[in-house]
Amino acid sequence: MSWLSASLIATLLAMLQAGVILLGVVLLGAVLTIVERRLLGLWQDRYGPNRVGPFGSLQLVADMIKIFFKEDWIPPFADRALFVLAPAIAMASLLLSFMIIPITPGWGVADFNIGLLFFLAMAGINVYAVLFGGWSSGNKYALLGAMRASAQTLSYEVFMGLSLMGVVAMAGTFNMREIVNAQQGLWFVVPQFFGFATFLIAGIAVTHRHPFDQPEAEQELADGYHIEYSSMKFGMFFIGEYVGMALISALIVTLFFGGWHGPWLPPIVWFALKTGALLVLFILLRASLPRPRYDRVMSFGWKFCLPLTLINLLVTGALILLTDPL
Amino acid sequence: MSDAIPTTAPSATDDPLVGALRQRFGDHALVEQPTLTGLPVVWIARESLGDMLRFLRDMPEPFEMLYDLSAIDERLRTHRRDLPAADFTVFYHVLSVSRNRDVMLKVALQEGDLALPSVVSLYPNANWYEREVWDMFGIDFVGHPHLTRILMPPTWQGHPLRKDHGARATEFDPYTLTVEGQDVEQRALQFKPEEWGMRREREGAEFMFLNLGPNHPSAHGAFRLVLQLDGEEIIDCVPDIGYHHRGAEKMGERQSWHSYIPYTDRVDYTGGVMNNLPYILAVEKLAGIDVPARVETIRVMMAEMFRISSHLLFLGTYLQDLGAMTPVFFTFTDRQKAYEVIEGITGFRMHPAWYRIGGVMQDLPKGWDRLVQGFLDWMPRRLREYERAMMDNAIVKERTQHIAAFNTDEALKWGVTGPNLRATGCNFDLRKQRPYGGYENFDFEVPLGRHGDAFDRGQLRIEEMRQSLKIIQQCVDHMPAGDYKADHPLTTPPPRERMLQHIETLITHFLQVSWGPVLEPGESLAMIEATKGINSYYLTSDGNTMSYRTRIRTPSFPHLQQIPAVMRGGFVPDLIAHLGSIDFVMADVDR
Repeated sequence: MSWLSASLIATLLAMLQAGVILLGVVLLGAVLTIVERRLLGLWQDRYGPNRVGPFGSLQLVADMIKIFFKEDWIPPFADRALFVLAPAIAMASLLLSFMIIPITPGWGVADFNIGLLFFLAMAGINVYAVLFGGWSSGNKYALLGAMRASAQTLSYEVFMGLSLMGVVAMAGTFNMREIVNAQQGLWFVVPQFFGFATFLIAGIAVTHRHPFDQPEAEQELADGYHIEYSSMKFGMFFIGEYVGMALISALIVTLFFGGWHGPWLPPIVWFALKTGALLVLFILLRASLPRPRYDRVMSFGWKFCLPLTLINLLVTGALILLTDPL
Repeated sequence: MSDAIPTTAPSATDDPLVGALRQRFGDHALVEQPTLTGLPVVWIARESLGDMLRFLRDMPEPFEMLYDLSAIDERLRTHRRDLPAADFTVFYHVLSVSRNRDVMLKVALQEGDLALPSVVSLYPNANWYEREVWDMFGIDFVGHPHLTRILMPPTWQGHPLRKDHGARATEFDPYTLTVEGQDVEQRALQFKPEEWGMRREREGAEFMFLNLGPNHPSAHGAFRLVLQLDGEEIIDCVPDIGYHHRGAEKMGERQSWHSYIPYTDRVDYTGGVMNNLPYILAVEKLAGIDVPARVETIRVMMAEMFRISSHLLFLGTYLQDLGAMTPVFFTFTDRQKAYEVIEGITGFRMHPAWYRIGGVMQDLPKGWDRLVQGFLDWMPRRLREYERAMMDNAIVKERTQHIAAFNTDEALKWGVTGPNLRATGCNFDLRKQRPYGGYENFDFEVPLGRHGDAFDRGQLRIEEMRQSLKIIQQCVDHMPAGDYKADHPLTTPPPRERMLQHIETLITHFLQVSWGPVLEPGESLAMIEATKGINSYYLTSDGNTMSYRTRIRTPSFPHLQQIPAVMRGGFVPDLIAHLGSIDFVMADVDR
């Protein structure tokens, strides 16, 4: 059994781990669709889906059966190649980003030195999904949605990266594990509160979650960029949105809330609890806020968030230099 | 009924307004027609129409609003004593808010020469009304900017409200739709900017023409709005209506006075029995029925219940259009509470068809006051919550304040009534200005807005709900004793208790149910402050069991016509906010 060397076992284990995480994330995205509907029901004085299985737990199965067996229709006026590519990009770019999340000291797919930059790159690619989807659909609503999405993502990604630079400066690394370990004493949410606030806003905007869902604004654009999608292609956009939500939540936990750190409970529980709390916050925001006008969202990004992140970065830099002169 | 119904024609020669018209245009220029409408009705010559409307519009304390414009096919009308000879009559109903008066001008037309000068230059909202008259009667308006069909499909043959046009499906060949036929219909609906005087591009930049509707989440029904967009800026737009047209006016000519009541329910389908009111009041004027105080109070109470229910629907959908997904579920919980009361009293929820000629269907059930009081105790806390959670919300304010604003003059010019008019600060509520059906007995305020923007239109309706609660409270506290039906031979159907004992009443009951009551020839009109604005029924009786002509003037029709004037230069999200704030129902627009 000489071929079964220690390094091969380690590789296989890592692959297995990656597979489990991939499956877990996709499942989480699917489960979140039901959790969101149940929570919205709770807050809106109604039941939500509660018919299939005990407490509606099998609704997910019913939805999946439905969406898998729906006719996979491509409009005759659509640009086929891009139309098919778009949902794949939407799903893949977000799933790949999960690679860099350190879940516990032992769990995580990849340990990049440029971890954070990898996420920003993937978030940048993600906008192509919306752009391709909107353009290739050959639908005016989709086009308007894609137009909104690209402008919005562009403006929000500018300060999204900047909002994280305070964390990077304090931890002195782009590596996610080292960032988590740098928070053992104090979670970065305290010294980097403005970084946290702006990243949260940018995160919501990048995942097109309410109240920054202008690209799909149902009341205005009747679902925007994915209006022509059906079946599993729509499903990939749909699940992709929830994966994005989970990704942003996990990132916030990693970068600002000390990752898996916490007393008494095992690391995995802490990580899940913190991520879950942020996911509920995402859903609560959707339940409680009206939607601001698209141009106001843009000016809020450029005129308020961007200066705030810049000031935050400058102050952080100055403080680091003062306390720890090189 | 306190606003005494004249059983004989008012001797209108002493009317100062008609006097002024005579003085200006000469005695021979007008013929007065005695009616039960409560306003002077004068026949004028076609040539003097423009001058006379201009005179009325420009006089001191002017007639600012063209309230209604439609036509009557007179060819089969038998009772036309002393009226000018006419095959078709076009009537112009103008309204003065400052005088709180109306006047109706009628123009007689002969069959070979069905043309009139357009008055769009005087009253911009004449545009759609003239199109409707062209569509329904085939009367030409010379000088109209775009005289095309408005309610019927562009491919329709004939003019439906003419007496020689069929009224029932059985009078036509069976309907079929082939693939080719579908293509023809769809091509006919295709929007061609050039027909509307629109350009396809400007300075090398192409405009996008976007069909918002007929199926769009924010179109509130089957309503199509074609937008000319530069980016997201609305350069111009063209509302296209008629997808919800059911021919309610034509049906009025084929249903007995009694059996038409359920059709009125469905005109503004969120208004329930509120819709019965103007029709019933107009019929009662024709029949000369005075209803007991109890009937008036019950009617007011139920109408106000429906005002609240309709405003709650408005509030939920208005906020939903602004992107807040939750309030609509809360307002629907409240509507359910309202419907429990309505169902307990009328036995039905949305369309009770509960008012009757000369009364209401039943007396109030035992324990009704506790039921109503429960609702009255529930609502105020909820309304406060809506204000705190939503109307005080910075995003809601930012989306609606100074958005889609118009002032009182513009509102009157476009025929805007109801809460949308009062949001501009114009104090014109028929319940106060021209009390009808017992409203003079109630103590309530008329809430007013200041800016006439989308925010004021929302806020004002919350305040109106409070006032409606106040009115209902007074109904509960002071419900008069007495009969729920008037003691009158034309009360339809007659009181059941008496019907079971008196053979005469039984015979009347039988005739009224099988044939329907016969009303004296005449014309009457009743206007009410409905949920969305002023709603009126203008009924012409030819001494028959059925109406000769039923004209339904609804508030939503002019409100939609005004959209392009308000929205030019706005953005798509502003348009959505405006659509949400108008509070329209397509059934109310298309009838």
